[in-house]
Amino acid sequence: MANLKEIRSRITSVSSTRQITSAMKMVSAAKLRRAQDAITQMRPYANKLKELLVNLSESTDDSPESAYTDSREVERVLLIPITSNRGLAGAFNANIIKETNRVIAEQYADKDVTVLSIGKKADDFYKKTAYNIKGTTLPNKTEQIFDDLTFDNVAKIAQKIMDSFSYKQFDRVELIYNEFVNPAVQNVRVEQYLPIAPPEQDEVEVKAKSDYIFEPSKEFIISELIPKSLRIQLFKALLDSYASEHGARMTAMHKATDNATELIGDLKLVYNKARQASITNEILEIVGGAEALNG
Amino acid sequence: MLIEIVTPDRNVYSGDVSLATFPGSDGSFGIKENHAPMVATLKEGKIKVIDESNKEQFFEVKGGVVEVNHNKIIVLAE
Repeated sequence: MANLKEIRSRITSVSSTRQITSAMKMVSAAKLRRAQDAITQMRPYANKLKELLVNLSESTDDSPESAYTDSREVERVLLIPITSNRGLAGAFNANIIKETNRVIAEQYADKDVTVLSIGKKADDFYKKTAYNIKGTTLPNKTEQIFDDLTFDNVAKIAQKIMDSFSYKQFDRVELIYNEFVNPAVQNVRVEQYLPIAPPEQDEVEVKAKSDYIFEPSKEFIISELIPKSLRIQLFKALLDSYASEHGARMTAMHKATDNATELIGDLKLVYNKARQASITNEILEIVGGAEALNG
Repeated sequence: MLIEIVTPDRNVYSGDVSLATFPGSDGSFGIKENHAPMVATLKEGKIKVIDESNKEQFFEVKGGVVEVNHNKIIVLAE
């Protein structure tokens, strides 16, 4: 049986670990709320934009043409896995990397694949592989994006990705990220970013058509709206991922705290048993000693 | 008429107004009660709204889209 001092120091160390994990849980819970709020704020904008686009493309006869709808023979592929900067969030980052590797192996095995990692964890993983960004105009330091996750910052990255597509650096761009379902559940999603897939019309309820006045012209408005919706799509993916990260970390830390509590309980039991045993031993010794004197 | 100015980050303004002017791509324009349905793009500039107590308010935008439909204005600003 381990000696008393050892057990005591283990109890102290486990309980300080528990303190840390429960603090991290609190922090994540607070950040999660903020991230969730950000998503709810963004949703009306995204829905409205989608509605407008559908309305507009419905009323034009031909589907909207732009540099971003051009689907070419796929030769060069850009994958954008979105992870977090920090770990300790359960399988959150591992899932993304696993999925990215699967997509590369199954869909683009014989293609020229480049990976633009958003977040430090994916970057750490891919910067040493052959998929790392080379000789492009893409941003390769994207860690800071989570420090200040605003639309303006995301729009800059989105613009660079869109440019690289329209300059034919890449023929296809895909996003891989954790979609936020609820704090305990994240879905890994692979989403085609460019070229733009035709809008799914049944998703948005098409309102009774009004005869709109277009200012300056319908084509111009559509060509303005398409890049806008692309920026929103990336922003949404990032917000989703950010909220998922904190959800995942909260769940992971909650479990860690529970486990620590259980471990402390077990250790205390062992400690008390050992203490009891040593007291019994001592009494036996004293009694034995006294008897020897008397005898 | 009701106006809603939304950005991707938050909902900036919503309320009843009597007049709103926008920096349209083809020049500035104003919208009053019972305007015909329209969609317009915006360039960089200021949106001015005058609410029912004649108070003026300004919002800076970098661009965006305005949709007017049955006395409801929705501004998707950036």
